[in-house]
Amino acid sequence: MAENNRAVVKLQERFADSVLESKEFRGETTVVVKKEKILEVLKCLKQDLGYNFLTDVTAVDYLGQEPRFMVVYHLYSIPNKERIRIKAPVTESDCTIDSACALWKTADWLEREVYDLMGIRFNNHPNMVRILMTDDWVGHPLRKDYPLQGPDREPYKGRLS
Amino acid sequence: MASTEIMTLNMGPQHPSTHGVLRLIVELDGEVIQKITPHIGYLHRGVEKLSEHRTYHQTIPLTDRLDYLAPMSNNLGYILAVEKLLEIEVPERAQVARVIMNEMTRLKSHLVWIACHALDIGAMTVFIYAFREREKVMELYENVSGARMTSNFFRVGGLSRELPEDFEAKCQEIVDTFPGHFDTYEGLLTKNTIWVQRTVGNGVISAEDAIDYGITGPALRGSGVDIDLRRDQPYCGYENYDFKVPVGENCDTFDRYQVRLIEMRESVKIITQALKKLKPGPILADAPQVCYPPKESVYNSIEGLIHHFKIASEGFPVPEGEVYQGVEAPKGELGFYIVSDGGTKPRRMRIRPPSFVNLSAIEKMAKGSMLPDLVAIIGTLDIVLGEIDR
Repeated sequence: MAENNRAVVKLQERFADSVLESKEFRGETTVVVKKEKILEVLKCLKQDLGYNFLTDVTAVDYLGQEPRFMVVYHLYSIPNKERIRIKAPVTESDCTIDSACALWKTADWLEREVYDLMGIRFNNHPNMVRILMTDDWVGHPLRKDYPLQGPDREPYKGRLS
Repeated sequence: MASTEIMTLNMGPQHPSTHGVLRLIVELDGEVIQKITPHIGYLHRGVEKLSEHRTYHQTIPLTDRLDYLAPMSNNLGYILAVEKLLEIEVPERAQVARVIMNEMTRLKSHLVWIACHALDIGAMTVFIYAFREREKVMELYENVSGARMTSNFFRVGGLSRELPEDFEAKCQEIVDTFPGHFDTYEGLLTKNTIWVQRTVGNGVISAEDAIDYGITGPALRGSGVDIDLRRDQPYCGYENYDFKVPVGENCDTFDRYQVRLIEMRESVKIITQALKKLKPGPILADAPQVCYPPKESVYNSIEGLIHHFKIASEGFPVPEGEVYQGVEAPKGELGFYIVSDGGTKPRRMRIRPPSFVNLSAIEKMAKGSMLPDLVAIIGTLDIVLGEIDR
């Protein structure tokens, strides 16, 4: 269970009022924290709990739910061979979160991609510009309300309908 | 008095040594690199967006086109993630076949790497030889899946079809002949003065920096970090195979070259062990709600036809939840993060591409070296733009 995980216990101790949820599913541990504390949580995981490798930064769009976005960090501990997933909710009205670039250089490009495709801005990022789409692109393609076939076409209705 | 100024040079997107449509804006002081600004995205096809509108089976062919030099590794990462969500047990024969094909894929990808890397630095013979050997693996691919590159061979729950009759003989031929070919490459390169001068001390990145930049795969092992997901977080029964994980010392292009060469030899060892484990048996899990029925049943019974039609048209519902599955692809850690809301299509599928993250360290590796060394660094990173741009 997630409650037995050393990292989860430690995070709950240190960030008692910021850990919103922790759960285990299919052997994977997920901790949801408030976005204001994300940098401190990641720093604690990196420096005190051995999660020294930032595997991935991404975001999920839960259109219709509040908060709309979830920024997802996948961390890996090379010495302990363990993974942990940290998530932070981000609302549509304040679509920003602190950048993890100061902790890992990996975050630079990964956060640029999240900004490009999902439209979440990262505060204190050294170079917050688009990476996959062209600089003059309008909109953020991975958002659920962005039409699959582009903004100027008939919406995609599936192959069978 | 002579004055100097920084020269800006555009390299790519159409440039033979950038291995695809990579564009680098290089700022040079004389011939010394001061700054590199990579521009990517020329091959962006929106695979992640497309997969949100397709059933789980329909996404498998899209994953072939990520790292098109190693399609089966991509298939494997994706189906393992889906199987983890569904909690499906895959039969032994399918597991072993997956390991064999996955290691063949590693050979195939590394052969392209050594071919192009050597050609970039000027050793053309190795290029011709390595492509000759790669053809053997391509033939096996064609024999097994029907396609040379876009294999689309694995299925959620097992394999798409039974292995061909001469599969073991073909694999055995590769296993028997390849180590000799690797000796040839080493004979041509390892003590070759030009090769040594171009690779030793080139593109040095320390272990701390490599971890900081998120580099994975042979490039990270070349910097002396002992990490391999096949051993550390085993999948597909890799814990039952005996293989070494090579690690470099000097963090340079030459060490990464040696790491990859040893990896190819280890892959051959894994295939040898797997061939012994390959026993007759079912190739699909006993999960009729997910797996396609056998073709005889589709052609000969109405129930089979309906069953096939239902899975092909609607797909299958996947329990609500989220999983991350990382596999040790030839280029590094390839991860699939799938979020399901209980429907037949994923809410979100995120691909963690190894080449994308590895490429972000290029400025760190190339700063202060000469422009021709940049070509060697692109080669040693072993990037594939299909995967970077997705």
